[in-house]
Amino acid sequence: MSGPNKGEMRLSGQGLRCVRGGREVFAGLDFAAGSGETVAVVGRNGSGKTSLLRLIAGLLVPAGGTIALEGGDAELTLPEQCHYLGHRDALKPALSVAENLTFWADFLGGERFDAAESLAKVGLDHAIHLPAGFLSAGQRRRLSLARLLTVRRPVWLLDEPTNALDVAGQDMFGGLMREHLAAGGMIVAATHAPLGIESRELRIGGVV
Amino acid sequence: MPVAGGERFPNRRKPPMTALAALIRRDIRIALRVGGGALIGVLFFLTVVVLMPFAVGPDLALLSRLGPAILWLGALLASLLTLDRLFMADHEDGSLDLITMSRTPLELACAAKALAHWLAAGLPLIVATPVLGLLLNLDMVATAAVALTLLAGTPALTFTGMIGAALAVTLHRGGLLMAVLVLPLSIPVLIFGVAASQAVIVGPMTFGAPFSILCALSLVSLVIGPFAAAASLRHGLD
Repeated sequence: MSGPNKGEMRLSGQGLRCVRGGREVFAGLDFAAGSGETVAVVGRNGSGKTSLLRLIAGLLVPAGGTIALEGGDAELTLPEQCHYLGHRDALKPALSVAENLTFWADFLGGERFDAAESLAKVGLDHAIHLPAGFLSAGQRRRLSLARLLTVRRPVWLLDEPTNALDVAGQDMFGGLMREHLAAGGMIVAATHAPLGIESRELRIGGVV
Repeated sequence: MPVAGGERFPNRRKPPMTALAALIRRDIRIALRVGGGALIGVLFFLTVVVLMPFAVGPDLALLSRLGPAILWLGALLASLLTLDRLFMADHEDGSLDLITMSRTPLELACAAKALAHWLAAGLPLIVATPVLGLLLNLDMVATAAVALTLLAGTPALTFTGMIGAALAVTLHRGGLLMAVLVLPLSIPVLIFGVAASQAVIVGPMTFGAPFSILCALSLVSLVIGPFAAAASLRHGLD
């Protein structure tokens, strides 16, 4: 599955320019991903990988250029069709694993998939009633991954997604990404480590 | 097998009420759990009001004259105490990013968060008022008047305070800045809240006039607060 076909979705950005704190992070950046494609954003620290993801997610305003999703739901904006998995897990330590997940499923809306099944897929089904505050870093990451599975969105924006995951977790995550891509999804991932799936490299800034 | 994206990732619009109800439920749940803010506010309120008779001395007439003002000050400070965490906690753990991205308008999400905060932290203050009224030598009518004015006025405190809480997120400064920003806005609420309570106890004003203004302040802040907070959060995206 490669190359955008007719009727499929296509996420693209053209001439993107990002300015943060008065400093130009990058300029004239182009990227594109069709259904089933992955863009791996690479570059040294501070080159603007996270900034690019946040631009796509609508959490930063581009200083120039455009981002568009063709073939998506016309009623929804681009950020509403994205999942953003940032450095921070968006989990509440006082709530249990299940409460955290069902909250995001209820709040994000759209089509829902079984929360218990998603937890089983990420290997957290034994900890459903445990407060999220007791989870390890890797388990927290797995719980955020379950959010991506419970609420389906065509575009996944992943910031260092494999951080804190063990080898088995990275394999599991690779499988989840392949499933997502096979269903026609798109992934834009900022990463230092290899993702474990076929991807197109987008280099920001100079040589790593 | 090309399928249109909209069908493969069905994004049927959910009524925003479901999302808002989920947000309110979550915030109340967190506030009530151990380490949540709800109990801290009430305990602070209790401490301030319980200590006051000891500071003022055994003059019962003076105490009942000061009673409404003490209760109002206590409630004001108690509601400010926990308000600075309103958006900060969500900002720190990244929840705010997802809330901003979601299809629920940010204004509504802000309103829902403020409502949840009021239910978890404001309402208990009002429930505690009759008990504390006893300590301040307030009779039944006076206590009821204070409770009623608190019920009408504390939403204004929460919803104007929310603006300060949103700004505090943007400017990366914590509670102090918030107090400086919000206290001036809450002065009218304090003035009319105490005035309405005093009107019942000593006169000579009628209860109706200051109470109506108090309600008006709450209604105005109910409208302006969410928009101002959402605008501030959007502006401060980074």
